[in-house]
Amino acid sequence: MTGLSVHDLRFNYGPKQALDGVSFDIAPGAFCALLGPNGAGKSTLMALLTRLFTTRHGTIRVAGHDLARDPRLALARIGVVFQQTTLDLDLSVYRNLSYFAALHGISGREAHTRIMEALDRLGMAERAHETARDLNGGHRRRAEIARCLIHRPSVLLLDEPTVGLDAAARRTITDHVHDLARDTGLTVLWATHLSDEVRDTDRLIVLHQGRVLADGLAGPLRGPHPLADYFLSLTGAPA
Amino acid sequence: MSWLIALHAIVLREALRFTRQRGRFIAALVRPLVWLIVFAAGFRAALGLSITPPYETYITYDIYIVPGLCGMIVLFNGMQSSLSLVYDREMGSMRLLLTSPLPRWWLLVCRLIASTVISALQVYTFLGIAAVYGITFPPLGYVAVLPALLIAGLMLGALGLALSSTISQLENFAGVMNFVIFPMFFLSSALYPLWKMAESSELLHDICAVNPFTHAVEMIRFALYAQANLPALGWTLLAGVILLALALWGYDPARGLLRRKG
Repeated sequence: MTGLSVHDLRFNYGPKQALDGVSFDIAPGAFCALLGPNGAGKSTLMALLTRLFTTRHGTIRVAGHDLARDPRLALARIGVVFQQTTLDLDLSVYRNLSYFAALHGISGREAHTRIMEALDRLGMAERAHETARDLNGGHRRRAEIARCLIHRPSVLLLDEPTVGLDAAARRTITDHVHDLARDTGLTVLWATHLSDEVRDTDRLIVLHQGRVLADGLAGPLRGPHPLADYFLSLTGAPA
Repeated sequence: MSWLIALHAIVLREALRFTRQRGRFIAALVRPLVWLIVFAAGFRAALGLSITPPYETYITYDIYIVPGLCGMIVLFNGMQSSLSLVYDREMGSMRLLLTSPLPRWWLLVCRLIASTVISALQVYTFLGIAAVYGITFPPLGYVAVLPALLIAGLMLGALGLALSSTISQLENFAGVMNFVIFPMFFLSSALYPLWKMAESSELLHDICAVNPFTHAVEMIRFALYAQANLPALGWTLLAGVILLALALWGYDPARGLLRRKG
C-alpha cells in the first residue's frame, strides 16, 4: 500500500489545461518535494488532493482509499497546510486546534492530549494559549502543522508552507517536517518553488505547465549541478 | 457522535466570533430599535391598522412592526453570515471546514445552525428592549417564537449560503444588499400588512405574497402570540428546503466553486 498515489490526473480551467496526465506514487515515510514555478499547477493539484475540486479524469488514492469513491475515509487520512493561513487569528492557538479536532470528531480529554502532543512535537506547547494574531509567521505555520497532526493522518500535504517567512523560520519548518516523515512514517508532499528547501535524499517531482518533467531522488537527478541550475535547464524558469 | 462534536464546535466558534465583534452586536440591535422608536413613532399617527389575526383588538403601529423587526434581525444576520462565508473563504477557514471528513452538507448545515443561534440571541435581546419600551407579548409567545426564529433563520441563512456560493468578491455584497435584502424586506409584511399593500397595488401585493420573507415574518408574528400559522410555516419550510438544495449544489466540489478562486 502506498501513502499517496496519483494516476493520470487531468484538470482544466475552461480551455486552459492546468494538469495534464500527472502520475506519481509516494511511499509511507517519504518526504517528497513538488517543485514547480508559479503557475505550474501545484495549487490545483493540492485542491484536487483535498477534494476542494474534483475531476473525472484520473484517480487519487490516499492510504489505499480512493478519494472519489470514499472521500470521507480518504480525507480522514489527510493533513493539510494551505498556502494562505487558515488560523482564526482572534482565537488562541489551543482553541484553533480544538476547533479542528472537533471537525474530525475528536473532543474532551482525547482532544486535549492530542493537541498538547502535536504542539509539543512542533515546539509550540508553551504558546498554546497565545492568540494566533500575536504569533510571528513562523510560529503560525508551526501551529498549523501541529494542527494537521491532531487526527493522526497518514499523508501530509503542504502547499508552499514557507512563503513569506524569513530564512531561519523556513529552515526550522523544513527541518520539523523532514523529522516528522522520518520519525512517524508520514507521507509528505511539500509543494514549493524554492529549490533550497529540497535535500538530496528527498524524493523530487518537478512539475511544469501541468506535467511531471522529472521524478526521482533529488541528489541523483541534479548530479553535480546545483538544484536551481538543474531546474532552470529543465524548465527554462528559475527556481 | 462526531457529527454533534463538529456542530458544537462550529456553533461555539461562531458565538465566540460574535461576542468579540461588539460593534456587530450593537449594530444588529440599533437597526431595529431605530425603526421601532423613530420610524414607528412617525407612522403611528398616520397608520391605523384594522383588526386582523393574530390580533384581537386594535393595535398601534409600533406593536405591529415588532415581529417584522425580529424578521429583519434574522434576515440581516443571515446575510451577514453569508458575508462572513465569503470572507472565510478568502481567509481559507472555509477550506479547512470543507476538507473535514464529515459530509459537506452537514458542515454547511452546522454553519447555518450556528448563525441561526446567533440571530435568535439577538432577537431575544431586542424583544427584551421592546418590553422595556412597553411592547410585550403573552409569556408563552416568547417560548413559541423560538422554533419560528430557528426555521426562519435556517431558511434565510440558506439563502445567504446559496448567494455566497455565487459571490466571489466582497464588494459584491453591496449588490446583495441592494438587490436582495432591501427588496425582500420592503416587499414583505414586515412594515405594513398585505391588505394595505393591496390597496395601493395588486401587483406589489402579489409580489409580497410570494416573498418567503413575508411568510417567515407572519410565522414569527403568530408565534409571538402563541399561535401557529400553518401556511406560513409550510411556505417557509418549502423555501428553506429549496434554498438549502441550491446552496449545497453551489458548494458541490464537482462544480468547482473554489475553482474560480484558484
